[in-house]
Amino acid sequence: MSISVKNLFKHYDKQKAVDAISFEARPGRILGFLGPNGAGKSTTMRMLTGYLAPTSGEAEIAGKSIFSDAIEAKKHIGYLPENTPLYPDMYVKEFLSFVGQTYKIVNLPARIDEVVKMVGLTPEQHKKIGMLSKGYRQRVGLAQAIIHNPSVLILDEPTSGLDPNQLVDIRQLIKTLGTAKTVVISTHIMQEVEAICDDIIIMNKGKMVANDSLEGLKKMHQQQSLEDIFRKLTA
Amino acid sequence: MYAVFKRELFSFLSSMVAYITIGIFLLVSGLLLWFFPDTSILDYGYAELDGFFSLVPYLFMFLIPAITMRAFAEERKEGTFELLITRPIHIWQIVVAKYLASLVLVLFALIPTLIYYYSISKLGFPEGNIDSGSVIGSYIGLFLLGAAFTSMGIFSSALTKNQVIAFVISAALCAFAFLGFDYSSQLAAFQSIGNIIRNLGINQHYTSISRGVLDTRDLIYFITFSVLFLLITKLMIGVKR
Repeated sequence: MSISVKNLFKHYDKQKAVDAISFEARPGRILGFLGPNGAGKSTTMRMLTGYLAPTSGEAEIAGKSIFSDAIEAKKHIGYLPENTPLYPDMYVKEFLSFVGQTYKIVNLPARIDEVVKMVGLTPEQHKKIGMLSKGYRQRVGLAQAIIHNPSVLILDEPTSGLDPNQLVDIRQLIKTLGTAKTVVISTHIMQEVEAICDDIIIMNKGKMVANDSLEGLKKMHQQQSLEDIFRKLTA
Repeated sequence: MYAVFKRELFSFLSSMVAYITIGIFLLVSGLLLWFFPDTSILDYGYAELDGFFSLVPYLFMFLIPAITMRAFAEERKEGTFELLITRPIHIWQIVVAKYLASLVLVLFALIPTLIYYYSISKLGFPEGNIDSGSVIGSYIGLFLLGAAFTSMGIFSSALTKNQVIAFVISAALCAFAFLGFDYSSQLAAFQSIGNIIRNLGINQHYTSISRGVLDTRDLIYFITFSVLFLLITKLMIGVKR
């Protein structure tokens, strides 16, 4: 299992942001994280990537505990945070080179060129990040997540704010990456889930209300549309 | 760690922050040292740099918080802190990298003032009549004082998302650490332990180094001071998660 989460809790005072989450994710499959705003999707992802410390529970990435063996675990994670925070004052390649150095990648310039090509940044590669449009910024975000060729990709709303053309491109890219890696994405777009996800977890108010494959979930709910299932479970 | 240090330093140098703060520091110190009659060396009549060395700590109280205020506050606000902390680097490496980058900038502000030393040694009678030992000591003292101020600035920046608040807190901390202990030691209530309190303050150790005698006790004081604040910063970032 490349991701294994057991009984993860995150409390803020009395509010339970994440309440007893357990799941596993396998390589070669794309796991979709669904849920209304504030359901705890981002909080869960932030704990998996080591940004937030959990109140209790355990999580392993590629067999390494993200809490007791954080540095090793982090080497296997590629992470795109929500809203794609980037340093606007840096040039695209300069930024990617900074990220690459933190992973101590050998032959970095070649790898940067490779990644730039992979995410379709070639026409904008000499610009400052602050000058890029939302779509290209998203690509920079993806590029920094995959530069060290991680086995686990965690993408928090990777397609929010993109135009329809960009959507297709980025989805295709995620799908390609998902053939070899374990990918977890969160999203609000149901068509996207149907288009790229193999497994689905639905969260509501910090609790997991569904954890199944896409087909399994549909079978269980008599072939209703995903939208209806989502509303039934979270409304 | 080197990658973070390099990024920090480059972002200082590629934005106007570095040039404006250092520029203003040099402008103000130059004006006070050579131009304004109350503090000017030319009016004072003695070719020595003591005035400069007693003045700079006050300028540092504003210069250094201005350099360090963005260190963590900006990353928190922009969300890039998440990007940084999910890399395979230890928190202490991030703290130290940011600290060193700011300290290098402080050094960049100090280096051009060496020209004052040169000019004054030329002005002396006979030429070159200046207490070089004391000047070297004072520069080391200034650097150590800058290191202590920087550690407080980094600490303040980790307290908040707001750069203005970070600036005000760190300026207040610097002022207190430099002068507060001296002033408190004069309170009647503290008379019996006045010496101990004075020794906690930066001013006491700074003056001692400025005399040109590099005492290991002063050196240890400054190193402990910086390490302590960086350690608290590291722990605080860890707890805030």
